[in-house]
Amino acid sequence: MNNLILLGTRKGTVLVEHTASGWRPRPVAHDGIPVCYAACDPRDGTLWASLDHGHWGPKLSRSRDGGGSWEETPPIKYPAGARYITQYLPTPDFDPDAPSGQPEYTDATVYKIWNISFGPPSQPGRLYAGTIPGGLFVSDDGGDSWELNRPLWNHDSRGGDLFAGDATSDNCWGGTPASIDYGVFEPGIHSIVVDPRDPDRIQVAASSAGVITSADGGRSWSGSNRGMRMDYLPNPEAPWGHDPHFITHCPGQPDHLWQQNHCGVFYSSDGAASWKKVSVPEAGVHFGFPIAADEKDGRTAWVVPARSDMERMTIGGGLYVARTSDGGESWQAFREGLPQENAYDIVLRHALDISGDRLCFGSTTGNVYLSEDRGESWQCLGHNFPPVYSVRFGRG
Amino acid sequence: MVTVEMTSHLYRFFPQLENRVVQVQPGSVAAVLQQVEQQAAGFTDYVLDERGALRRHVFAAINNALVIDRQTLSDKVPEGGTLYIFQALTGG
Repeated sequence: MNNLILLGTRKGTVLVEHTASGWRPRPVAHDGIPVCYAACDPRDGTLWASLDHGHWGPKLSRSRDGGGSWEETPPIKYPAGARYITQYLPTPDFDPDAPSGQPEYTDATVYKIWNISFGPPSQPGRLYAGTIPGGLFVSDDGGDSWELNRPLWNHDSRGGDLFAGDATSDNCWGGTPASIDYGVFEPGIHSIVVDPRDPDRIQVAASSAGVITSADGGRSWSGSNRGMRMDYLPNPEAPWGHDPHFITHCPGQPDHLWQQNHCGVFYSSDGAASWKKVSVPEAGVHFGFPIAADEKDGRTAWVVPARSDMERMTIGGGLYVARTSDGGESWQAFREGLPQENAYDIVLRHALDISGDRLCFGSTTGNVYLSEDRGESWQCLGHNFPPVYSVRFGRG
Repeated sequence: MVTVEMTSHLYRFFPQLENRVVQVQPGSVAAVLQQVEQQAAGFTDYVLDERGALRRHVFAAINNALVIDRQTLSDKVPEGGTLYIFQALTGG
């Protein structure tokens, strides 16, 4: 049973422990510093926090003694020559009757380290970090050094190899509002899923591009957005431009993936080769940010529904969690222990997690709730946390 | 020599710079910051991005004038001058 929960909050990292007297938060670490993600490496128990300094650049902090002490690790940096296309500008000979644009290139710098994922036990020291503006970084020494995954950075969907010269294809990656804090509007990688059967099989999800898969350990990548539909671009089935909010998989049945997307909930039972929309708007299941999959049963997942894209708040003032156990064909709402009036909680993409029968989520309103019965009833672990960016179970 | 004064926020991460006058040789802003880096490893990663430019929400001034070249930091800090490093104000 997992007795540790890591909260990444606007005011620091909070570790919540299960003690003889119940769940108790420890004093905050990284006091006053926004922590956009905090997680535990299940292989060795190392705790990680992504510090989202507003002024001083993103940093990673690591604890190898269960949170007793933290150390800053060497920073993640884009290599010299890493560029990306930020927009298209009118060409010098712009003709309004036949509009044509040319790419504007921007030198890449890390704005946010949005999430950290861990390799399998067979790859000790392997870590992944997803960043804004859309770079996947890989470490093979436990986070002491990081390297940009160039095949993904140089992907045709981003204009090709811009280290080598000008774009050879069109950029298809959009921006995410999560980057606006930095005065920019750039894409970001927020989800990284490694297949426990085959660590060379990796899925990442980027806002606003879609899901991208590698079957060869990151040496090549291809879009995995078949069956996806969006409602904000002219072609709803375009291969790129989708806005996954979070993707995850069932560790016991890794071909079963779940995606809470800007445009609904999607499910794949074939390793992201295709997706099926499983939103049930009449049940409130459509818009939201996080999604969690059962550890053993690929057809079971949980979401925390929100009202809509335009009205990012609870539905009818009541907070609830919805669960499906039939691959999204039907959803059941669970409300016991959750506020049912005057609630405005939004649960962000990394702020719902599962460990066995336990689920935990935290909200932008600073409430944290825990279920020990697969989401059917909830207890509050605290109403006065800072806005919660991430919730992850630890080890132990 | 030139003096480097900085927001007290940075002392949290570089306590070795607190309660002392930081003085280095005159030169460009880049050269001055590199000398501070030698006294406090990692300092430039806080105020500069990986391109060597001032981070978006960091301001620097030479005496009473804001640094103009925020990209390559070529502005000169003259003998006897002071380089100030501030953070932009934010809310919340």
